[in-house]
Amino acid sequence: MAKTDLIGGSIWEEYSQKVQELMNNPKNQGELTEDDAKRLGGELIVADFGAESCGDAVRLYWIVDPKTDKILDAKFKSFGCGTAIASSDTMVELCKGKTVDEAVKITNIDVEKAMRDEPNTPAVPPQKMHCSVMAYDVIKKAASLYKGVDMESFEDEIIVCECARVSLNTIKEVIKLNDLKTVEEITDYTKAGAFCKSCIKPGGHEEREWYLVDILADTRREMEEEKLKEAAEKQASGEEISFNDMTLVQKIKAIDSVIDESVRQYLIMDGGNMEVLDVKQNGQYTDVYIRYLGACSGCASSTTGTLYAIESTLKEKLDPNIRVLPI
Amino acid sequence: MMKVYLDNNATTMVDPEVKAAMDPYFTEIYGNPNSLHDFGTSCHPALRKAMDQMYEAIGARDEDDIVVTSCATESNNWILKGIYFDLIKNGDKDHIITTEVEHPSITAVCRWLEEQGVRVTYLPVNQEGIVEAHTVRDFITDKTALVSIMWANNETGAIFPVEQIAEICKEKGVLLHTDGVQAVGKIPVDVIQAGVDFMSFSAHKFHGPKGVGALYIRNGHPLTSLLHGGEHMGGRRSGTLNVPGIVGMGKAIELANYYLKFEEEHVRRLRDKLEDAILELPDIYSVGPRANRTPNTVLVSVRGVEGEAMLWDLNRAGIAASTGSACASEDLEANPIMTAVGADSELAHTAVRLSLSRFTTEEEIDYTIEQFKKAVERLRAISSTYAYMPENMKA
Repeated sequence: MAKTDLIGGSIWEEYSQKVQELMNNPKNQGELTEDDAKRLGGELIVADFGAESCGDAVRLYWIVDPKTDKILDAKFKSFGCGTAIASSDTMVELCKGKTVDEAVKITNIDVEKAMRDEPNTPAVPPQKMHCSVMAYDVIKKAASLYKGVDMESFEDEIIVCECARVSLNTIKEVIKLNDLKTVEEITDYTKAGAFCKSCIKPGGHEEREWYLVDILADTRREMEEEKLKEAAEKQASGEEISFNDMTLVQKIKAIDSVIDESVRQYLIMDGGNMEVLDVKQNGQYTDVYIRYLGACSGCASSTTGTLYAIESTLKEKLDPNIRVLPI
Repeated sequence: MMKVYLDNNATTMVDPEVKAAMDPYFTEIYGNPNSLHDFGTSCHPALRKAMDQMYEAIGARDEDDIVVTSCATESNNWILKGIYFDLIKNGDKDHIITTEVEHPSITAVCRWLEEQGVRVTYLPVNQEGIVEAHTVRDFITDKTALVSIMWANNETGAIFPVEQIAEICKEKGVLLHTDGVQAVGKIPVDVIQAGVDFMSFSAHKFHGPKGVGALYIRNGHPLTSLLHGGEHMGGRRSGTLNVPGIVGMGKAIELANYYLKFEEEHVRRLRDKLEDAILELPDIYSVGPRANRTPNTVLVSVRGVEGEAMLWDLNRAGIAASTGSACASEDLEANPIMTAVGADSELAHTAVRLSLSRFTTEEEIDYTIEQFKKAVERLRAISSTYAYMPENMKA
């Protein structure tokens, strides 16, 4: 919550121009029939995803060349809001000309990014993200139909949210891809938990096997572990790691080595010294607690000039968000 | 492009006469009515007149209180929390009865009260969108502190049998509150004839200003204050009086009552014309029988078209409408009224509400009919509901 949140924005004003244009004039809207398939020499696939009772439903038509697995033509029909129509249209555009295996790799992020006007401005507000998730789930459905496997085996899915039919894999993927940190964000992106809310946490009106709070905690832990592993591997291979990507232990070592190389000698020259007591992550800041030794303790400059010099050295060599706190 | 405002159940245009009545109380007569000097007291005649207008309009008696608040949400919060403090937390009651289709300023407070340990019964509505009076009787117990039931529904315009419910409450000795926000100014409202103990209403729903509402309290019934801090409103609701707001609310309610017949005849005729024309299209339904609706409201369900998509197209054509469903709001739930009236689940996200006012013109309605049909045609052409699906691919 802050100033900008107090007067709710207009959802529609946050749509990119591309989203608005596609809503007004979708290019790939329509049907494909057996006749079209015959004409193009391919196989017709028609896949449904979502349900009108949930507020969003999309039907994807593909004509696939059985020899090359290439998607020769694609169209969609959609029951949904502007974002659903625009993202379905974009999803179809992205499918065309790809093989089925390539198309399955298209993510909701690809769909959303393709609708941006500016590379760094989201095409739709967060509560509309679920529409692009839907547009990518239908690709998997179509691919499963084409390959003659049922969707469950195709993506080995456990349905976490029955109302919106959102799978465990989708939720984990969306958390990882978008670096989601709250259950509310999961709901914005996937619609999971938006309806009966039973899947959010235990104690809802229906007992569930999986809950969003647990999935979020587990996935965040996995992400932390992956980050740790990555940092360790980088260090082992001698690759440079940015301060932010370091583990706490790596950070402490890096701070110590900067102090050894660039600070301590000057303190010793003046008959003093220092030691690092603790390093704590405090939001965006890394707080370094130090204690002065020898002549430094009690020196007037220890809380002004000297402290400034230590802090600036660490900021310059490691990270601008380091703060040095003498005890 | 023509601009047509058909979202009058959300808020209304301030009547220019109301604005004119309020005008002197911004830069000319701006004193604090609680002050002793002339600057303060010079607004008293206008305040007294506004209070007279409000008492007259809803049929309140001198021994009753109409406490001016900042909005109906405040009034609704006050009655529920006040009753909670007086009869539940510091009394021997533990139960409140309301309905499934109240405004969030009732239901959200009830959910919060449930967290405080209060039992709340949410009565369902029938297919016509109203609570039948006898269901209230079935749920009242000797632990029931309050029944809170809206007079008219914001989404459908359905008018609830408040008078019959009041009889039951009286017989059982239970207090009755009604959220009259959508009724006042649209249909005749007489609190004494209806027999309610409390009623919330709000100026901006009947061409008055935003930021001013009221709670009617029969016989000055005691109720723990929501806002403490001064002796305003007889000590019942603290906060410097919103002088222009109160003056505007008085004028607005007087005008609204004056135009009730016009509302009943002219606005109803335009609403019916619009509804008839829309219902000519296939697979479109309206909710609740017309005879039992506020004259300005129609909620239609357009099969195959998601509500927000419909709003988008109407907005492009300069027409303001609303939908309580799915995508349009921040939460993604289906329009609760559609579920409540037992509509086909596939229609839960297809509701579009059109609400007129006495300022709506025939030309605007003709234009809306034309544009509504266009939008339905375009969006159904995109819709998966009506799209081709080969037999062998059906799930």
